[in-house]
Amino acid sequence: MSGALLSIQDVAVELPTPRGNLRAVDRVNLTLEAGRTLGVVGESGCGKTMLSRAILQLLPKKARLSGRVMFAGQDLARLEPESLRKLRGRDLAVVFQDPMTSLNPVLTIGTQLMETIQEHLELDAAAAKKRSIELLTAVGIPAPEQRLTQYPHQCSGGMRQRIAIAIALSCEPKLLIADEPTTALDVTIQAQILDLLAREQRRRHMAMILITHDLGVVAGRADEVAVMYAGRVVERAPTPALFKRMHMPYTEALLAAIPKLETAPHTPLPAISGRPPDPTRPVPGCSFAPRCRYAAGRCHQAKPDLSAAETAGHFYACFHPIRMAEGIGA
Amino acid sequence: MMQVPAHTQSDGPLLKVDDLVVEYGLGNRTVHAVSGVSLEVARGETLGLVGESGCGKSTLGRAVLQLRRPKSGSVLFDGHDLTAMQGETLRKMRQRVQLIFQDPIASLNPRRRIGDIVAEPLIIAGVKDPEKRKQVVWEVLSAVGLDPELVVGRLPHEFSGGQCQRICIARALVLNPEFIVCDEPVSALDVSIRAQILNLLEEMKARFGLTLLFIAHDLAVVKAVSDRVAVMYLGRLCEVAPSEQLFAKPAHPYTALLLEAIPVPDPDVRPAESVATGEPPSPIAPPSGCRFRTRCPRADQRCSAEMPELREVVPGQLVACHHPLV
Repeated sequence: MSGALLSIQDVAVELPTPRGNLRAVDRVNLTLEAGRTLGVVGESGCGKTMLSRAILQLLPKKARLSGRVMFAGQDLARLEPESLRKLRGRDLAVVFQDPMTSLNPVLTIGTQLMETIQEHLELDAAAAKKRSIELLTAVGIPAPEQRLTQYPHQCSGGMRQRIAIAIALSCEPKLLIADEPTTALDVTIQAQILDLLAREQRRRHMAMILITHDLGVVAGRADEVAVMYAGRVVERAPTPALFKRMHMPYTEALLAAIPKLETAPHTPLPAISGRPPDPTRPVPGCSFAPRCRYAAGRCHQAKPDLSAAETAGHFYACFHPIRMAEGIGA
Repeated sequence: MMQVPAHTQSDGPLLKVDDLVVEYGLGNRTVHAVSGVSLEVARGETLGLVGESGCGKSTLGRAVLQLRRPKSGSVLFDGHDLTAMQGETLRKMRQRVQLIFQDPIASLNPRRRIGDIVAEPLIIAGVKDPEKRKQVVWEVLSAVGLDPELVVGRLPHEFSGGQCQRICIARALVLNPEFIVCDEPVSALDVSIRAQILNLLEEMKARFGLTLLFIAHDLAVVKAVSDRVAVMYLGRLCEVAPSEQLFAKPAHPYTALLLEAIPVPDPDVRPAESVATGEPPSPIAPPSGCRFRTRCPRADQRCSAEMPELREVVPGQLVACHHPLV
């Protein structure tokens, strides 16, 4: 426990909706150490963003959070709003998907950067400006001094995301949550932004949670991957172990459904039939069972818990895991 | 209906775009969205069109259908120049050419029932008999994998993104068109749904003998469905080649860059440090000469002085570059 910077214990999030309670996150357990990257992968509605909001304590007002979010030894859910506010932005930073909506359109880049810096670090205006320029240089923005006087709409999408990253990094956070940081960007810009995040992370020995729908993005960039489906973590493993031998049929199906560059044109893709379950109508068994080709009797009646695989740190939630070594598993 | 093989040259290409120029006014400035693009799509072929946002690929798709009138150039569809057509003649021709959009939910009227949405093109085309309309609507809905009985009376919000895209595909098919422009048809969909829709498009293409212009930013998606691929950058085509050839041996530095930038779902493949520096310049003031030269590692003086024309470097592979990679 002592090594973990972040430890999420039995976290669940419920949202009341007109159609009944929506269980967005269902008993998730995760830990993350300083300097490491955890990739959280899943499709829309799987709960990955709600999980990040639970960590940041930025859930919608009506949401009910249970479980504990321990960050640097403190339970974030029990912190006073004032202490929490001091923590967010300084030790705990976030980069959202859409840099256009996460930046304030009526404030200059400089104002937004310096606001964060002066809020959390005891610097005067001149020092804050100097630091802003250093940060913009670090995230690869040419002519940073001129940028400070510009507004978000004067920058391209890639530039805006660099600025959002500069703001997130401005107070040397211990943990950076990047929620689909490159989904709104083009592929060549995506590569630049992911490189930037990796470089700054190494330099600052920062922990990072990289939330994405793209298994390709986490493959090369995360130390550990957690795959989410219908609010639960269904498989979790060190990245090499996961890609070498995935045990959860959903992970396998998700990877197979991605069009690959090596495949010849007009090859039918192994699609996953059906669609994710309605989160307001939970199924009694495994949430993936209705779409799973390995599903049998038990899968429709009980929810499989996470079980340990043969590789240390590898867990899967499945009654009929695939690619198991002899003698292990059900 | 049988699919016409991609190689038949007997009747010439179904679509022939020649030196197409599309510009937008922006205050007193001009956006050079498409600057002299020429391409051909053979009957039964799928031509993929890839490029990053703002490269003009959607504008090109719309200009083919005359939804955005080009400034100059011609669009020959089955030998008829669409740019010269107006009013009723153009509307008649449009029955043979359909469009599928990126956002399936936004492209369906939220207040109309699915049955009416899919029947609408038939009404516009003058199919007066309601029984006949119903029959065709039921046929296409079943073809795209929906149960007409359960679907026709419902509203778009009752369906997921993937199902809405199936409905959009049904609506595009209802007039039995020959050619469909698919503008980012799967980029708003989740991975597991994306594969279903790509497979469906392939099935529909074979079943209805379609010719497709498939526009997307994702190279792997484009490769999955295309016979040939055209790569677009800042309003111009960089490269056009058969899919396998383009991906195995890209000739244009920009194509190579796009391929390198794709994240591979394999942890043993280390992501290459991004070689691409900078971002695409503004289409309001595109660079002189080759438009990619400001980001190109191979650029020299000739590239800024002289605009490279598309030329064949390997049989079937056209590239617009002074220093091609093959």
